[in-house]
Amino acid sequence: MDIGITTYGVHIPRYRMDRKVIRCAMGWLNPMGLPGEKAVANYDEDSITMALEACRSCLEGNDADIGGVYFATTTQPYREGEGAAIIATALDLSQQIRTVDFGNSLKCGTSALLAAFESVKSESLENVIVCAADSRLGRPGSVGEMMFGDGAGAVIIGREGLIAALRGSCSVSYDFPDYRRLALDTYVHSVEDRFIREEGYGKFIPEVISGLFKKYGLNAEQFAKVAFPCLHVGQYSSIGKKLGFRTDQLQEPLLTALGEAGAASPFLLLAAMLEHAKAGDHVLLAGYGNGAEALWLTVTERIEEVKNHRKMARAIDKKIPLTGYEKYLAFRGMLPVDTGSVLTDAPLTQLPHVWRERRSILALRGTKCKRCGTPHYPSQNVCAQPECGAVNEMEDYTFSGRKAKLFSYTIDNISFTLNPPFLFGLVDFDGGGRFVFQLTDCEAKEVVTGMPLVMSLRKKYEDPAKGFEGYFWKAVPGE
Amino acid sequence: MSGIKDKVAIIGMGCTKFGELWDKGADDLMVDAFNEALADAGVEKKDIQAAWQGNQFTEVNVGHSGIPLSTALKLPYIPVTHVENLCASGTEAFRGACYAVASGACDMALAVGVEKIKDLGTGGLPRDAADIMVHGQKGKTIFPNWSNPNPGMFAMMAAKYFERYGIPIEKGKELLAKISVKSHHNGTMNPKAHLRREITVADVLKAPIIAFPLGLFDCCGVSDGAAAAIVVRADKAKEFRVDPVYVKSIQVAAESGTSLQHQSYGYTHVESSYRAALKAYEEAGVQNPRSEISMMEVHDCFSITELVTYEDLFISQRGKAGQDIEEGFYELSGQVPCQTDGGLKCFGHPIGASGLRMLYEMYKQLQGKAGQRQVKDPKLGLTHNLGGQPARNVAAVTIIGL
Repeated sequence: MDIGITTYGVHIPRYRMDRKVIRCAMGWLNPMGLPGEKAVANYDEDSITMALEACRSCLEGNDADIGGVYFATTTQPYREGEGAAIIATALDLSQQIRTVDFGNSLKCGTSALLAAFESVKSESLENVIVCAADSRLGRPGSVGEMMFGDGAGAVIIGREGLIAALRGSCSVSYDFPDYRRLALDTYVHSVEDRFIREEGYGKFIPEVISGLFKKYGLNAEQFAKVAFPCLHVGQYSSIGKKLGFRTDQLQEPLLTALGEAGAASPFLLLAAMLEHAKAGDHVLLAGYGNGAEALWLTVTERIEEVKNHRKMARAIDKKIPLTGYEKYLAFRGMLPVDTGSVLTDAPLTQLPHVWRERRSILALRGTKCKRCGTPHYPSQNVCAQPECGAVNEMEDYTFSGRKAKLFSYTIDNISFTLNPPFLFGLVDFDGGGRFVFQLTDCEAKEVVTGMPLVMSLRKKYEDPAKGFEGYFWKAVPGE
Repeated sequence: MSGIKDKVAIIGMGCTKFGELWDKGADDLMVDAFNEALADAGVEKKDIQAAWQGNQFTEVNVGHSGIPLSTALKLPYIPVTHVENLCASGTEAFRGACYAVASGACDMALAVGVEKIKDLGTGGLPRDAADIMVHGQKGKTIFPNWSNPNPGMFAMMAAKYFERYGIPIEKGKELLAKISVKSHHNGTMNPKAHLRREITVADVLKAPIIAFPLGLFDCCGVSDGAAAAIVVRADKAKEFRVDPVYVKSIQVAAESGTSLQHQSYGYTHVESSYRAALKAYEEAGVQNPRSEISMMEVHDCFSITELVTYEDLFISQRGKAGQDIEEGFYELSGQVPCQTDGGLKCFGHPIGASGLRMLYEMYKQLQGKAGQRQVKDPKLGLTHNLGGQPARNVAAVTIIGL
């Protein structure tokens, strides 16, 4: 029985920075220029929140019973502490599942994919959601800074309702010294760019793809589309050509629109390929990092149901420019701006509280009165509906996926945020329930009372004394 | 329920100057307010049988428990209780003292409200304190990362009020401006006030926005200060002075949890203010507040709070506060003068002291000792002391009279 991808999802942060902005700021140091723009995560996003968004996009209209969450990133906020478990809790999944983090190599995304295929193939798990996200930092003035973009992708691997079946794969592994980060490094160390291109991408991608051809007796002609991570558009075509692909078989590499998205790159490339695929197409996807991995997939008829959602195309189109280089630096913690003395006396996180309230905090789960049907956030024992007041007659009720409307808002100029102004408002959920939330991915001029909102998990605070990253939900304009 | 009407009388009050008192600590402030009250009452420290200390940001300066008050004043081993109910802490201290006397547990009791907040070295309230103190750890984990939720929470009430009554934003801002202009005018006549200068509607309208639509002059600041009251059994009051002031009612209402969580709350009034007012008028036997209340001090932490409070207290009809503002109804020369001492806006807002400061002004007015600010022949003075935000708060309404 075939095993493969049942659906996909993506998340691309809405900020895009024109590479000219970087060149304008840092050109005095490094006059190198690259075309296009790069996707930049908002100040309150990280790899966990972006991967979660991709998973939520994946699960939209899909009620698969998820038995595992595999999360791949080279930029996990925690060195010890599992991202996949945070994502699984935020998705409000059952606790009886398998969660795994994959990391340390740029190819961890495709490694997670292959691991998920194996898990399903071995009948160990039924459906596995695999997500990958990255937000890598190049030092100011470096090639990496110019090149890297932020983003996330996710797929569900299962047996039922496939949109693409996995037909085969091939891996090569090398201890190649292209990119490195030691335990406490913030920025990616990289060896000379030309060396990475010629000795790394230029060799491993051809090796793994020709390895796949040889292993299964295939040739370039049989594939409708091929995609692999790459650093330069020019080299992308030349590698493709060398492998025998025509230009029209090569998926556009997303470098000018988004940038090199690390572990998430193969997911974004796959989503882009699937959106233009038709039943019966063979597609070839590679991942790069410490060698490379290649996957051969065959698209099924069900693609027609899924690709019309145009998740990838819409994510690319939904953007606003980030025009200030200094703001980008501040978002990523590279510029220690004045946060106002008011931020220094925040009390420590109480971890037993965080544990007890995990579903409330991470999944936005509240309660609904069984007697009168009133939903509450946060959870209540006594119904807040004045005429009801039922005691301990509550059932769980999760708000994260519900649509909402902005009841009232304010533009608060005294509260600190890295992306001012500080916007918050009272949010009324469709079906009942009200709470006060910050707004994000939203400009002050866009906000109007009554606007439709969706919820999004974001970084809330960092508690270095406890080694803890606090996440909570914010409201984002959208339907 | 008979309530405490005319069972307790105020025989002495004290209030420090409010402001950025860099050279005063919490102890100094409590002692100053107490000494004035003691001298005013003409009693001795040993006559006081129980005391209440109200303040909110205990960790910041004053310290927990009743000990800070007891040790600062060297009270003679009497019960001293610390009370905290956000910005309504001052009224809570007063309520404790009044209830003790009304119950017959003691004949003379003391209430002191104090806040020493400017030592923070930052503007406004301590970050997270407002959150953590109200919501516990949830303030950190699920409420927004605001430095102070209050301006924004009240700003939303202004927006909703304008929306509900079809008031264009410019017109609404102008109405709110008139509230602050009035309080600034009254404040100029008060030597103890934190801010003492006239402002114009134009000044208010061109000031920087704090939380849209509220600007700088729509918001009160925070101050250091203390205020104190000495209360006795009403039947003994005349033994101490010829002009004691009688307590007609004290009512407190804490939000039940519906306003923040249930979509039925329209956000154009404060339910607990309305509920506390209903009960206070019942206890005091006030039938028609608009004609019976001579003057009042309301919790004008923001101009919009004062506006909706006019309505929550049944002085203005729902939706008609604007009309009363336009007609000067709440000005010193109006029918129900409001914020005769400058209010939180100008007298200042040392959180735990504010409820007692409001009473101090009403007390002085009733005794005819308000100088330039004197209201003509007042009979009943009302104070409204609100802690928290529109959807989550505790409201205290007190009525005192001759």
